[in-house]
Amino acid sequence: MQALAQHEGITAGNVANVAEVMQTIAEHKGCGTSGGSGKASCGSAAGQGDLPTEIWEKVKNHPCYSEEAHHHYARMHVAVAPACNIQCNYCNRKYDCANESRPGVVSEKLTPEQASKKVLAVASTIPQMTVLGIAGPGDPLANPEKTFKTFELIAKTAPDIKLCLSTNGLTLPDHVDTIAGFNVDHVTITINMVDPEIGAKIYPWVFWKHKRYTGVEGAKLLTDRQLLGLEMLTERGILCKVNSVMIPGINDKHLVEVNKAVKSRGAFLHNIMPLISAPEHGTVFGLTGQRGPTAQELKALQDSCEGEMNMMRHCRQCRADAVGLLGEDRSAEFTTDKIMAMEVNYDLDTRKAYQAKVEEERVAKVAAKQEELSTLAGEMSDIKLLVAVATKGSGLINEHFGHAKEFQIYELSTAGAKFVGHRRVDLYCQGGYGEEDSLETIIRAINDCHAVFVAKIGGCPKADLLKAGIEPIDQFAHEFIEKSAIAWFKSYLDKVNSDEIEHVERGDAEIRQGALITAA
Amino acid sequence: MALKIIASQCTSCSACEPECPNVAITEKNGTFVIDPKKCTECLGHFDAPQCAAVCPVDDTCVIDTSFPRYQVPA
Repeated sequence: MQALAQHEGITAGNVANVAEVMQTIAEHKGCGTSGGSGKASCGSAAGQGDLPTEIWEKVKNHPCYSEEAHHHYARMHVAVAPACNIQCNYCNRKYDCANESRPGVVSEKLTPEQASKKVLAVASTIPQMTVLGIAGPGDPLANPEKTFKTFELIAKTAPDIKLCLSTNGLTLPDHVDTIAGFNVDHVTITINMVDPEIGAKIYPWVFWKHKRYTGVEGAKLLTDRQLLGLEMLTERGILCKVNSVMIPGINDKHLVEVNKAVKSRGAFLHNIMPLISAPEHGTVFGLTGQRGPTAQELKALQDSCEGEMNMMRHCRQCRADAVGLLGEDRSAEFTTDKIMAMEVNYDLDTRKAYQAKVEEERVAKVAAKQEELSTLAGEMSDIKLLVAVATKGSGLINEHFGHAKEFQIYELSTAGAKFVGHRRVDLYCQGGYGEEDSLETIIRAINDCHAVFVAKIGGCPKADLLKAGIEPIDQFAHEFIEKSAIAWFKSYLDKVNSDEIEHVERGDAEIRQGALITAA
Repeated sequence: MALKIIASQCTSCSACEPECPNVAITEKNGTFVIDPKKCTECLGHFDAPQCAAVCPVDDTCVIDTSFPRYQVPA
């Protein structure tokens, strides 16, 4: 009931907000793109694109830094850093549910030694796992000994695995040299504001040099340290991703300013994520009824910041102990009890051979897309629309409609197919929605899409989707996503041009606030 | 007096442990405890008790009134 009320509230308040964001976009685009074409296109491009080779080498196997890589490569986080040095209104460290997928929660803490064993166990089981990140559940740099000890152990035993970390940035300037010393070449900083007045509404306090600073004073300290840390990292050639939580009414419009500030300091990628604020999480924002953005609001803001900087749109806001491809969580297979009982055989050659196969698959996918794209050449149309895709990975339409825990969203236009996001639709912990209306949940989540591509779909949901105006498409089962989407779009345009169908705009969609079920 | 940690509220995040100037905080049975014999309420070290200042849960590191007030040695 509560969730439904929240949903209606979002819909009602939506129209005015989108208009405001659009205005901000127009202003931002005007000055944001005047600097020439310095933008590298890794975030959404099919391959290396115009990225310098040395940067492409750094990102091509990193699922978080390359959208294209996230279909093929997996990551893991080890929860060795429980302590934090700031308080955020969207975080509540007391609440921990094994089925809860959001940053800041874990099922068990690990020592650096346990973490190292876990990395080897996962790397042996999932050969496409290429990245080890430390993301908390507190702040890695508020636990520097544990974080760097873990890096040291893993660099020794599994030298092919990329190391990265995600920090709030408060103590970042103190650790930049150590980070560089461990060859960490990816660092994420969560920057939600560059204006301390706004920061005071997000951060009740920060703890720095033996003192708790509150309000504007605390936020000023935090933003100064974050931006200094960012500059120091980019000076050393370390790739930086900036995460920002979009909080409607607090920092949504301000994030355009944040985008400019981090871009000018050399950040590589900007990840604007929707606020997660379900009341049952017990966060300040959850309890005060602060809503998250709708799908359309989020996309509008991401589009507006995509001037000369890559936007990350494939973030799943994962746990600090997540394991697997970004859209899945296999952490339940690797609990401490299980890994201690596992016989670990870390074989670099097997991993390399497997990854070589993945690369072949990747090249084939890009080639298929390029080939199909050429059929759109000469097409003239302003039509831009979204489609949803059920996939298990590898860039294929290979998931059954009813089994999908999430749908990937692509924007289709005569420029091709562009990944613009994903929607979670899993059925667990839905805060009020019962199993019987799971299809309604899915329709709400992909309501802004014209079609949904699936490997298979039953008769009943097919009829209901059509009734909702979303075309279910199963004739491209097990084919490449982008190639299929472009082929379908071409035929859609043909039908529109021949007046067989009329193109109508779709409405907004809902971003799920609940939990992601773990694949136990 | 010394400080104590309300066990039911402690998230075991360990943030307090390294901040204590008296090494009075240790992990026991999944949560952290303060040794009242070692705790000085941070008097003479810092303006405020460090465990309470860094703790993510309000009112979790609190003054334990069952102990006499700590006196800074003359």
